[in-house]
Amino acid sequence: MTLMNMIQALNAGLFGAMQADDSVLVLGEDVGLNGGVFRVTEGLQKKFGPDRVIDTPLAESAIVGASIGLAIKGFRPVAEIQFSGFAYSAFEQLVSHAARIRNRSRGKFSCPLVVRSPCSGGVRALEHHSESMEALFCHVPGLKVVMPSTPSDAKGLLASAIIDPDPVLFFEPLKLYRLKKEEVSEDHYEIPIGKARLVRPGKHVTVVSYGSMVPECEKAALALSEKGIETEVLDLRSLSPLDFAAVQESVKHTNRLAIVHEAPYSFGVGAEIAARIAERNVLELDAPVVRIAGLDAPMPLSKLEEAYLPNANRIAFEIEKLMNF
Amino acid sequence: MPEKKVFVGDVRFFSVLDESGAVDSKLEPAFSSDELKKLFEWMIQIRAFDDKCVKLQRSGKLGTYLSVLGQEAQVAAALAMEKNDWLVPYFRDNGLILARGAKFEELLAVGGGSEWGSQFSGPNILPVAIPVATQLLHAVGIAWGMKISKEKNAVLVSFGDGATSEGDFHEAMNFAGVFQLPVVFFCQNNQWAISVPRKNQTASETIAQKALGYGFSGVQVDGNDPLAVFVAVSEALKKARQGKGPTLIEMITYRMSDHSTADDASKYRSLQETRAWEKKDPIDRFRKYLKAKKIWTQAWEDRVGQTIRTRIEESMRKAELIPNHPSTDIVDFVFLESTMELLRQREFLEEAGRREKRDDAK
Repeated sequence: MTLMNMIQALNAGLFGAMQADDSVLVLGEDVGLNGGVFRVTEGLQKKFGPDRVIDTPLAESAIVGASIGLAIKGFRPVAEIQFSGFAYSAFEQLVSHAARIRNRSRGKFSCPLVVRSPCSGGVRALEHHSESMEALFCHVPGLKVVMPSTPSDAKGLLASAIIDPDPVLFFEPLKLYRLKKEEVSEDHYEIPIGKARLVRPGKHVTVVSYGSMVPECEKAALALSEKGIETEVLDLRSLSPLDFAAVQESVKHTNRLAIVHEAPYSFGVGAEIAARIAERNVLELDAPVVRIAGLDAPMPLSKLEEAYLPNANRIAFEIEKLMNF
Repeated sequence: MPEKKVFVGDVRFFSVLDESGAVDSKLEPAFSSDELKKLFEWMIQIRAFDDKCVKLQRSGKLGTYLSVLGQEAQVAAALAMEKNDWLVPYFRDNGLILARGAKFEELLAVGGGSEWGSQFSGPNILPVAIPVATQLLHAVGIAWGMKISKEKNAVLVSFGDGATSEGDFHEAMNFAGVFQLPVVFFCQNNQWAISVPRKNQTASETIAQKALGYGFSGVQVDGNDPLAVFVAVSEALKKARQGKGPTLIEMITYRMSDHSTADDASKYRSLQETRAWEKKDPIDRFRKYLKAKKIWTQAWEDRVGQTIRTRIEESMRKAELIPNHPSTDIVDFVFLESTMELLRQREFLEEAGRREKRDDAK
């Protein structure tokens, strides 16, 4: 075990994957010589050469589109989109091709592609550098969407994404990149895509979250615990496929559910979970489901960022309200 | 500091047969008469199949169909390819796809609404990409893979003149140039992108010259001259296989048909224009050439035509014999391993099927 932050864990994961399998390639803007703007791909080009760690021209659609061709040809490209707010020019390639080539060819061709991209806010970045648009991709049949919240999850989920036979979008909350270090195994290990993590057990209320909001939920749970409210915190880890069974399991014994995400309130992951609970488990609820989310407004610049983002205080406040329903 | 010229470009037009079918013997490829006959057969084959597909659409047996009428010389590009090359087609490439080894019944299956048809026979043919120019990037990726694994093969990617306005065209050309990839960009400039003429698509004199901006060569060929198409594509593929990088080929041709069976071209283009292009018909021209070489006779063409018609009829029977696919196909190919939610939805489809059967039995 080694103490690592999320960047180091991702870097170690990429190292391991490239070492284990020659068909794994890393490509994107500034990923080679520079080691990535956040240093996630640091040292990879030196170790594996410029044929496998490729600095591309500045063109997101081409990075993803060419990666689709590479995947069809038998490679396992790990493409980087420098910030998820720039992924939209590659949206067509993801939606119309990466997600559909298996289905279109009835399994003759497939697209084992990983697109890594930093996401979410909280670091006072420029416009478009703090987006949480994961729901756009979750809505697309044929794409998997993963978002880790800890260094060890990041490494294990990335390993699974790279060996996955289908395209995976791997969002990395940039606020968590260097937030904390934890012990991470140097050995290869995989965390299955589609399995949530029980962050904290509790009996009074279930809080489902993912990505940057998981640490805030933990803080809120700690504060609530002092008031006698035991919060069960689930980290989804993978948004599509969704571990809905884990949510149901938890709700069955807490009978109360809050969903927390940084992404805008409407039409998001929270809406999906709330709808499924309403369809399948409504009689087990003692109170309405609550969504604690960002706002239906463009992500503000840094002066108003804090007002936009949910935080531990707001989460604890909303959950107390939910308990008093 | 005086001004100086920093770039000089050069784009050439290339043809082997003139419009009357007369050959430039210096440029004539060394084909045997059997090879020439084969090329002609492919062209009349795609014309006959195309004609049949339009009729099948009119009678409700096929969905929207995109005719290749007038662009039959495209088959020469497929014949210039080697087995380990890859073909990345667009939606007006039935000639290319057939000449690369796909079967009539596969194209009929696609046209008839089945994804299974896209598993084309013939080596390394991607399914048709509908979103314009998006497939150019896939070709670039496949060519990139060839380069990384040091294969001596190449990719031919096909598209129309309208595609050259899309961002993906430019990104693909740029990547191919930067990484010197073994890819041939085969632009079939048929003068129309639905109702928009070539001159409204780009202000540049030729499409071929766009290659110069990306650091490789572009060439214009007479696209109604199958020998010129063959020579140009062969040379570009050879260059690619030798590691000398990409080429853009602008094949000058004409879309004699409507854009699709859902379109009426008389609304936006003149009859005079279409008539003028009729005189340049690729099959008529090639027939004149073969006749002058004493390879062609009417009796031979009639015989070949009869065989083709029989084969098309057979393929239609085969296509009709394909049983209806189970509705569960809809969800079974989204991922290699279906998610829990897809499995739930699969059960819903099966249950709906059972309900329908029960209702039918009543």
